Amino acid sequence: MILDGKCPSGPLKDKWDNHRRDLKLVNPANKRKYTVLVVGTGLAGASAAATLAELGYNVEAFCYQDSPRRAHSIAAQGGINAAKNYPNDGDSIFRLFQDTIKGGDFRAREANVYRLAQISNNIIDQCVAQGVPFARDYAGYLENRSFGGAQVSRTFFARGQTGQQLLLGAYQAFSRQVQAGKIRVHARTEMLDLVVVDGEAKGITVRNLVTGEVQCHAGDAVVLASGGYVNVYNLSTNAMGSSVTAAWRAHKKGAYFANPCYTQIHPTCIPVTGDHQSKLTLMSESLRNDGRIWVPKNKGDQRPAHQIPEDDRDYYLERKYPSFGNLAPRDIASRAAKQACDAGLGVGSGRGVYLDFADAIERLGEDTIRARYGNLFDMYQRITGEDAYGQPMRIYPALHYAMGGLWVDYNLQSNVPGLFVLGEANFSDHGANRLGASALMQGLADGYFIAPYTIADYLARTEPGKVSIKGDEFRDSAAQVEGLSNKLLAVNGRKTVNDFHRELGHIMWEDVGMARSKESLTAAVEKIPALREEFWNNVRVPGSGADLNQELEKAGRMADYLEFGELLARDALNRDESCGGHFRVEHQTEEGEAVRHDDDFSYVAAWEYGGGEKTPQLHKEPLTFEDIELAVRSYK
Amino acid sequence: MNLTLHVWRQQGPDDKGQLERHQATDVSPDMSFLEMLDEVNEALIKEGREPIVFDHDCREGICGTCSQVINGQPHGPQAETTVCQLHMRQFKDGDEIYIEPWRARAFPVLKDLIVDRTAMDRIVEAGGYVSVSTGGVPDANAILIPKDDADTAMDAAECIGCGACVAACPNGSAMLFVSAKVGQLAKLPQGRPEAASRVCAMTETMLDEGFGNCSNHYECEASCPKGISVKFIAMLNREYLKALPKLKSK
Repeated sequence: MILDGKCPSGPLKDKWDNHRRDLKLVNPANKRKYTVLVVGTGLAGASAAATLAELGYNVEAFCYQDSPRRAHSIAAQGGINAAKNYPNDGDSIFRLFQDTIKGGDFRAREANVYRLAQISNNIIDQCVAQGVPFARDYAGYLENRSFGGAQVSRTFFARGQTGQQLLLGAYQAFSRQVQAGKIRVHARTEMLDLVVVDGEAKGITVRNLVTGEVQCHAGDAVVLASGGYVNVYNLSTNAMGSSVTAAWRAHKKGAYFANPCYTQIHPTCIPVTGDHQSKLTLMSESLRNDGRIWVPKNKGDQRPAHQIPEDDRDYYLERKYPSFGNLAPRDIASRAAKQACDAGLGVGSGRGVYLDFADAIERLGEDTIRARYGNLFDMYQRITGEDAYGQPMRIYPALHYAMGGLWVDYNLQSNVPGLFVLGEANFSDHGANRLGASALMQGLADGYFIAPYTIADYLARTEPGKVSIKGDEFRDSAAQVEGLSNKLLAVNGRKTVNDFHRELGHIMWEDVGMARSKESLTAAVEKIPALREEFWNNVRVPGSGADLNQELEKAGRMADYLEFGELLARDALNRDESCGGHFRVEHQTEEGEAVRHDDDFSYVAAWEYGGGEKTPQLHKEPLTFEDIELAVRSYK
Repeated sequence: MNLTLHVWRQQGPDDKGQLERHQATDVSPDMSFLEMLDEVNEALIKEGREPIVFDHDCREGICGTCSQVINGQPHGPQAETTVCQLHMRQFKDGDEIYIEPWRARAFPVLKDLIVDRTAMDRIVEAGGYVSVSTGGVPDANAILIPKDDADTAMDAAECIGCGACVAACPNGSAMLFVSAKVGQLAKLPQGRPEAASRVCAMTETMLDEGFGNCSNHYECEASCPKGISVKFIAMLNREYLKALPKLKSK
């Protein structure tokens, strides 16, 4: 089936204005009759919940964390993009749009991305009004810095904790609505099913993570802002609780999953130290403003970094991409690091490259570097025991972000009416590769400025309070959720959930990682179902379902990864081209650059759940480019 | 290295709870403290026993979820470091380690090392924000903020809301937590219009929730993983004093 993204017609710059003119409104007196369920309280979820509540809707908000303030948006370090052009360096809405489309390797929707660039400026205004303490200069004006994939400085930041500050801004707006009685918070509560009534999303089934109680909630619309899925790789920069579960359960109830193979591998993370490793830690991309990436020129060069003279060093990003240098986009920088390590030039364990601040410290002084990145250097020191002021950091790529997600149209509504998907959980704006400092922008754009309009349009066409949790659909959903927990507890095998997660992670990293091939992907599509079968026969989940049981939580998420991982591999197999973060070794230039095949693959791959062991069905949404010329992405 | 752990086990809020002895063997110095506990749990599960439950999420020191008192110190022995960022190279072979939950009247234990910290959310709900709705705000550079004020606001805003300050305080006070939000918003022009009502509402809610008061022990600052300074408590007190006449005139 050919899918329609429902992008408005007309000139690019007028699409969103015209569309808003056409969207239906809900009368202020009627808004309080509607209830919206919001799953996730990160940037997208918290901002949507706060804004919907301010407008007068009733909001029920759900998060698995003990407080809405702890959603993983909080870990974003470097910054948020906006087309303010405060530095007067040639930025514009069009340029932000162009950089984002190009950065995504021409695999995102033009209309969505342009809207994102337009809204970016409102976000900064909103956050400043909330009291977000962005960095400022001595005259009191806002400061900017540069990020990958851009030649302008358009990134606003709050030290190395921009995500934290933006999330706390949204959390505070959210808390104000809790106090006003417009938001009801359900913390330590995990969504485990979407309830669809007469073809429309009308509720969710959740598990209270403290008491184990399974509960149903009915609403007039459901907003999923449940984040990304890259923990399917086991080791990533995501939080331990980040999972595909909410999105995957919605997928099993009919929502299409789009472009799951678009995963972002971030070039600057702290390398793995051993099998005990539970997660990987990102070192912000902002470090590449001042740090220089290099490896020794000679294989087996065991000298400490400071004893290797300039002539024996290869600053490979500066050499290969002179115009962007160390600020080449993430996918390109990650692949270059892998190539260097594959060639035997890696440092430390062999899976690492240097990120060196010696030149910057000499040029600017250690104090300036400390003021800019002190918290990151401290974090590096705590984790590795090494002092990065005196020796270069060792970094290596790690899974970081999911560009793919549930399919949504221009209104951010999935193919299941009434189900809206926001932030990292949807697939919409980043194409095949996300640029740095764009995730925060997208989450807040979706939540503050897009979904509140488009959800109203949906609600205006529905009668409020149409369903109650007494309906059959809710009863069946609760029974299904209970059944799954009981099934997991009953296996009583010999391996732990973590054992399976490590094994799946190994398959995903080796076969569906930074360099994918037909052979590796075919192998993954065979290995994952076998591991899934073993899981259901040999996992051990201790304790009971009627209690705080972290192993049961993990087991439920693991069961979903074991299904979702296969879809990710199938999508990567289907996409017989290289683009952005999806690199097929069959499709590369002699220099190892990605080669797209626009004639065959300029589409969004949206997968319909097959059910059980049946293969999923592919639907395509063609991508057309009217305002931007499809080109070979070059950062040279 | 090999370690002996004494871990607080408590089935639920009404259970009495007790310390339980566990061995952690073959611990690598590169492991984080939580990874060491992961390994202990893996062994417990394989023996058919229930693993130790503890709160954790981002494991990079920013979400504020992890919360353990290690050898009597919230977040353990390393300064300005959350439990998840604490690495085993801080310990040596043969060490005995006592691991307990945050202990405070306002933080009831839910199970083992997990406590209920929703009281802190309710303090923020009482007024820890600028009352601005989405839309209709001026251009970001229309509000100029002197760099020193912006930096001080950021120093306070770095609070991760973990509750170590409460766990460290002999009075179980949340003054450092409250002062960090009051201080951040009091330093910014956007926060001034509501400064008086905010400080009163947050302080009253803190007391209603069962947190104690400050008697200048400064244990909070010493245990804060973000190094939030007690000068913000002084600022909180000044804001409170300034607010009292306004409150009375209402």
